[in-house]
Amino acid sequence: MDSLNLKDLYDGFRDPQVITSYKKLIDKEAKKLSKPISIMEVCGGHTHSIMKYGLNQLLPKNINFIHGPGCPVCVMPKERIDHAYTLALENDVILVTLGDMIKVPGSLGTLQDARAKGADVRFVYSPMDCIKISKENLDKKVIFFAIGFETTTPMTTALLHQVVKQDIKNILFYINHITVPEAMRVLLDDDTNNIDAFIGPSHVSVVSGSKIYDEFSLKYKKPLVVSGFEPVDVMESILMILKQFNQNRCEVEIQYSRSVNKNGNLVAQKLNDTYFIKREHFRWRGIGDIPKSALKLKDKYKEYDAEVIYKDILPTKIIDDNKLCICGDILKGKSNPIECKVFGTVCKPSSPLGSCMVSSEGACAAYYKYGSFLK
Amino acid sequence: MENKIKLAHGNGGEENNELISKVFYKAFKNEILEKSEDAAVIEDGKLAFSTDSFTVTPLFFNGGDIGKLAVCGTCNDISMMGAKPKYLTCSVIIEEGFSIDDLNTIVQSMKKELDNNGAIVVSGDTKVVPKGSVDKIFINTTGIGEILKKDISSNNITQDDVILVNRDIGTHGAVIFASREGIALETNLKSDCSSLYPIVKELIDNNIAITALRDATRGGLNAVLNEWANQSNICIEVQEDNIPICDEVSGLCEILGFDAINLANEGTFVLAVKKDDEKKALEILKSFNKNASSIGIVSQKYPKKVILNTQWGTSRFLDIPTGELLPRIC
Repeated sequence: MDSLNLKDLYDGFRDPQVITSYKKLIDKEAKKLSKPISIMEVCGGHTHSIMKYGLNQLLPKNINFIHGPGCPVCVMPKERIDHAYTLALENDVILVTLGDMIKVPGSLGTLQDARAKGADVRFVYSPMDCIKISKENLDKKVIFFAIGFETTTPMTTALLHQVVKQDIKNILFYINHITVPEAMRVLLDDDTNNIDAFIGPSHVSVVSGSKIYDEFSLKYKKPLVVSGFEPVDVMESILMILKQFNQNRCEVEIQYSRSVNKNGNLVAQKLNDTYFIKREHFRWRGIGDIPKSALKLKDKYKEYDAEVIYKDILPTKIIDDNKLCICGDILKGKSNPIECKVFGTVCKPSSPLGSCMVSSEGACAAYYKYGSFLK
Repeated sequence: MENKIKLAHGNGGEENNELISKVFYKAFKNEILEKSEDAAVIEDGKLAFSTDSFTVTPLFFNGGDIGKLAVCGTCNDISMMGAKPKYLTCSVIIEEGFSIDDLNTIVQSMKKELDNNGAIVVSGDTKVVPKGSVDKIFINTTGIGEILKKDISSNNITQDDVILVNRDIGTHGAVIFASREGIALETNLKSDCSSLYPIVKELIDNNIAITALRDATRGGLNAVLNEWANQSNICIEVQEDNIPICDEVSGLCEILGFDAINLANEGTFVLAVKKDDEKKALEILKSFNKNASSIGIVSQKYPKKVILNTQWGTSRFLDIPTGELLPRIC
């Protein structure tokens, strides 16, 4: 294994010749389609890949990408960011979170603002680093502001598992983990939706398997391909979807067979179930309340739950986005960022008005950064 | 503008530019400053004059330390105006409790780097402040250089120019980021931190028709290209696969969700040279580093914009980086 380099893992999946060959196959297959189709990439990571590599520019006119709600930073409602801000400013608290969460403004400000006011806000690449931080700061409470879909839940679970096992007293959790299928169901239950097929994110299914999507092909009759994030992966997935249409099939298929199977990581799923249960409902920024679409700590573990412990100081006010913002429609796949009046003018990555501009994986941020209007 | 300084205001990107233009340029407004070059050109184009303050964590990193950085930074800014760095000042602010051995090491690397530039420190200042007032040590250097080739300017780039880079990009930013708390990646990667004057001298000695030079420090290659597009009112079209990026840097970018073009450099510079001299300039650059490359052309397609063309025929804009550089969540 010595000779295996990281780039060997992705180089072939960015090969210009392979990408161009897929383009030709897609063009050929698309000619046989009886009507134009709109494919929703559920995950913000896919939106980012599509825009970064310009894959939308390679598709024929009768295939359209619509960008889904799968950016965990984007759909975090402002009131929960206010909670993070409030917790961070508590005297004895170190607030720890992942990457670009600290840039997102709530109604009080961003976690960067809190840091400028003197709060101890840190980001980690691995939640496990919280253990090191907690040991170096025994007089402080380390609150891990957990965020993400099925993909990142096991990282939180692994940390929690160690905290419980090692009886660490000064790490608490504020859980924002959300789940993909419930959001997809809301989009499809809306009769005015214009989604013909889905690309599902591979990393979610590495954990949860492809089985979580079965209902979408069986009940909703929408083809779905679980896809990797490299340009070749996405192009192959598009081709697989087109073939399903042309062959009158409607299935859940796995393009990312390098590490996805039907059942997923059963050990991780079991451990998640040990600690978490579904919330009755969770408010998604831009979309609204979605029943059973998020996780919380079980009552049994409430001594680790910052949401319970700090209940009295957390603001309860619900905060909606600016009325000019059309992120709700963008997240549902009904509008495109460039149709928004404030896109790129008032609303920019450095001063986002709505959810899709706040994270680099949001559709608006990707359009802004990569200028999709370039043809 | 928001009413508190945030880390993003020092990122070399959009917020940084806003802070500079709305606070400093507004107050200090004058013709020389407004040219917005790496170093000010003064005394009828005879002298280049520049200043820079240095703060880095960790102080000692693979490929250099804050002392080497402090000399390279200012000397490189001077070199970018086609000048030979000659006289520097050196001010240090030291936190109470700092190790004198470490200070000696830092000053020794400054001396070594001054020698590489043929420059000397002619004036200095030392302040010691109570613990917690600065993070270990801050260094400021200011330098004066003698201009060897006149009229190098980021405001004069035209369609007759091509864009080159002297080596693979992003190593300094990658090294510093990998050693940050909360990341702790192990890597053998070395910062590119080095003096550019010897390369610039070679280019000038060989009469290369240089239009503009800029070292790609904070904000990386991306910031330089965008600044040039803006200042010269041109469109720069870059071919993605011609941008040299070493495997370690691209690996780190993959893991953290960064673009190497946004990572800081401390010994990497971008050149705009006349098309006729492209080959000769590239040969000289390659004699210093084999990864030197011609990366793009100048057009009027989208003035003030930078376009990145991929090998599979798609294009996108390269926008100036915004915000603090942070790893993506998933």
